[in-house]
Amino acid sequence: MPEPAIVTEDIARRFGDFWAVAGVDLEIAAGEIYGFLGPNGAGKSTLVRMLCTLMRPTRGRGLVAGHDVAREPELVRLRIGVALQDAALDDRQTGRELLDLQGRLYGLRRADRSVRVDQVLRLVDIGSAIDRQIKTYSGGMKRRLDLAAALIHDPDILFLDEPTTGLDPESRAAVWDEVRSLNEQHGTSIFLTTQYLEEADELADRVGIISRGRLVAEGTPAQLKRRVGTDVIVARVESLTDTTLKTLRSVPGVDEVVGAYNEVTVHAANGAAVMSPVALALHDAGTSVVSLTLRTPTLDDVFLQLTGSHLQDGASSDHTEHSSEHPDQPRQPEVETPRATEGGPDNSSEGVRT
Amino acid sequence: MVSTTSATTTALRVQARPAGFFVDVASVARRAIRQIPREPEAVIPALIVPIFFYVLNIGALSKITHQAAGFSFKSFELPVAVVFAVTGVSRASALVTDIQNGYFDRLMITPVRRLPLLLGLMTADLTLVMALAVPVVLVGLALGVRFHAGLLGIIVFVVLSGIWGLVFTGLPYAIALKTGNPGAVNASFILFFPITFLSTTFVPKPYLQGWLGTVANYNPMTYILQGLRSLIVGGGGIPGPTPSWNPAFLGQAVLAIAAFGTISLSLALLALRGRVRRS
Repeated sequence: MPEPAIVTEDIARRFGDFWAVAGVDLEIAAGEIYGFLGPNGAGKSTLVRMLCTLMRPTRGRGLVAGHDVAREPELVRLRIGVALQDAALDDRQTGRELLDLQGRLYGLRRADRSVRVDQVLRLVDIGSAIDRQIKTYSGGMKRRLDLAAALIHDPDILFLDEPTTGLDPESRAAVWDEVRSLNEQHGTSIFLTTQYLEEADELADRVGIISRGRLVAEGTPAQLKRRVGTDVIVARVESLTDTTLKTLRSVPGVDEVVGAYNEVTVHAANGAAVMSPVALALHDAGTSVVSLTLRTPTLDDVFLQLTGSHLQDGASSDHTEHSSEHPDQPRQPEVETPRATEGGPDNSSEGVRT
Repeated sequence: MVSTTSATTTALRVQARPAGFFVDVASVARRAIRQIPREPEAVIPALIVPIFFYVLNIGALSKITHQAAGFSFKSFELPVAVVFAVTGVSRASALVTDIQNGYFDRLMITPVRRLPLLLGLMTADLTLVMALAVPVVLVGLALGVRFHAGLLGIIVFVVLSGIWGLVFTGLPYAIALKTGNPGAVNASFILFFPITFLSTTFVPKPYLQGWLGTVANYNPMTYILQGLRSLIVGGGGIPGPTPSWNPAFLGQAVLAIAAFGTISLSLALLALRGRVRRS
C-alpha cells in the first residue's frame, strides 16, 4: 500500500478573526483524483496554498507525499506540481522559455529539459504557439501552458486550483481530457478544486464538499448524490398552475413537487417508474409541456441539502462567459436550462422530450 | 527505428532536485535579461534622457563655466550623465508584476532558493546598467571628453557607475517586495532626485551655497561624482595639475557606494525575507 498522496489533520488557517479553513481532515490515496468542491470563498484556495507550501497552517498539519508542509517544505516542493487559480505566467517569455526556466529551477539537466518540454507539450497541445510570447495566447492556451509548467518535473502530485474557471466549454473539455490522461497514464495523484459541479462529477474519484472552511461531506460523486436519495424529474411547462402541482402530488410514487416559474421539479425514489404517470398527470391537468427530463440528483442538489444554499448562482454548466475578473458576477440561474439532457454533467441521466 | 520511436513516446521519468545556488541565480537572471529587449519602452528613455540632458547642459553652460571657472563642463558633466543613466534602472516593476499576477508564487513553489530570486534580478540589472553606461561614455568621447586615467580609467568609470546603479536598486526592490504595489515602485523614482541633485551635480563643491553645500557633504553622490570625475580630469572636481589617478577620491567613491549599498541592500533583503516568509 503506497503512502497516501495527501493527509491533513485538522488543518486550519486564520486571517485575523476569520477562519478561512476551519479544521479539515483529508486522506487522499496515491493515484486518486480528488475534487474539492465549494463556492467562492469557501476556503479551497487557502487549503491549496497551505498544501503547496505557500502558506503556513495556523493549526493542524498537512502531509504531502509523506512530508510535513510546514516543516519540510523543500521536500514537498520537489514532489508536487501546481497550477494556481488564474494561470500565473509571464507574458514576455515564450511558452518554451517559460517551460525551460521551470525545468531549470527543478534542477533538470539540459537534455532532460528538452525531452520533458516536448512531452508536456504533447500532453497539452499548444502547437507552434509555444515559440510565441505568452501575451499572444488565449485564455485556454494560457491554462494549458500553466498545466504544462506544473508538469515539467514529472510530479507525483498535481494541484489544480480551479483549472477551468473562465474557460469556454471547448477549452474546459480539453483540460479535462488532459487531467484524465495524466492520471490514467502516469498515475499522478490530482487534487483539484472547483466550483463547478460537473467538473467534480466528471473528473473526480472522490469529492469533498467544503463550505465556510469546513468539509461538510465526502464520497464518490455517486455516493454523495445518493444522499439526496431520489431521482428528479424536471418539467418545463408553458404556464404553471396550482392544479398542475396538485395533480402531480397525487401521482403514486412521487415524494415531493416543487414549482417555480415555468418549471416543476418532481422528486421520486424511482424516477423511471413514475415518468409515465407524471407525463399523464401533466396531460390530464391540461398543462402544455415544453420538455420533460429525468435526471439523477446533481452535486448541487447535494450541496443544497447540506448547506441550505446553492453551490453557486452559476451552478449550471453555463459559465462560458464567466470572467475571472468578476468571480462573483451573478450568472444565469440553473433553472433556465435543463442541462442534464445535453449529455454534459450527468452521464446517468435520461432525457425525455415530449 | 521502432525502438527509437518507442523510446521517445515513453515518458521520461525525471527526478526534481534543487538546482544549486548559482544555477538558480543564473536561471532567474537569464529570464530577466531576456525580458529587457522585449520592453524597449523601458530601456530607451533610460538611455535617451541622460544623453539629452548631457548635450543640453553642456550646450547651455559650457561657455559660462569655462569663462567663469576655467574648466571643461563636458568633462565635469559626463559622470552626471552616466549616473542619470544607471540610477533607478531595475527589474523592480517587473518583480511587482510577477507578485501581482501570481508568477512569483509559481516560482516560490519550485525548489528555487529564495535569495537568487532577488540576486538573479540584480545580476540582470548590473548587466543592463553597464550596457547603458557605455553609450553615454561614447557620446562623451565623441564630444571630445578625454580620460586622464586612460582606457583602464574608462573601464573603472563604467564599473563603478554600474555598481552604483546596482546598489541603488536595493531601494526599489525593497519597496517592490514590501508593498507589491506598482504605484509605490514608480514613486521610488522620486528618491532619485534628492540623491542626484543635492550634490555637486552642476557645479563644484566650493560653488555650492549654504544649505546645499552642507547637504552635499553628507550625500554619497558627491563622493561618487568626485571619484568618477577624478578619472576624467585628474584631480577631482576641478581640473588642475594633479596625477591621473587619485586614490583618495576613488576610495571615497567606493566607500560612499559601499555605505549606501549596505543600507539599500539590507532593506531589500529584509523585504525579501518578509515576502517569502510563509506567514
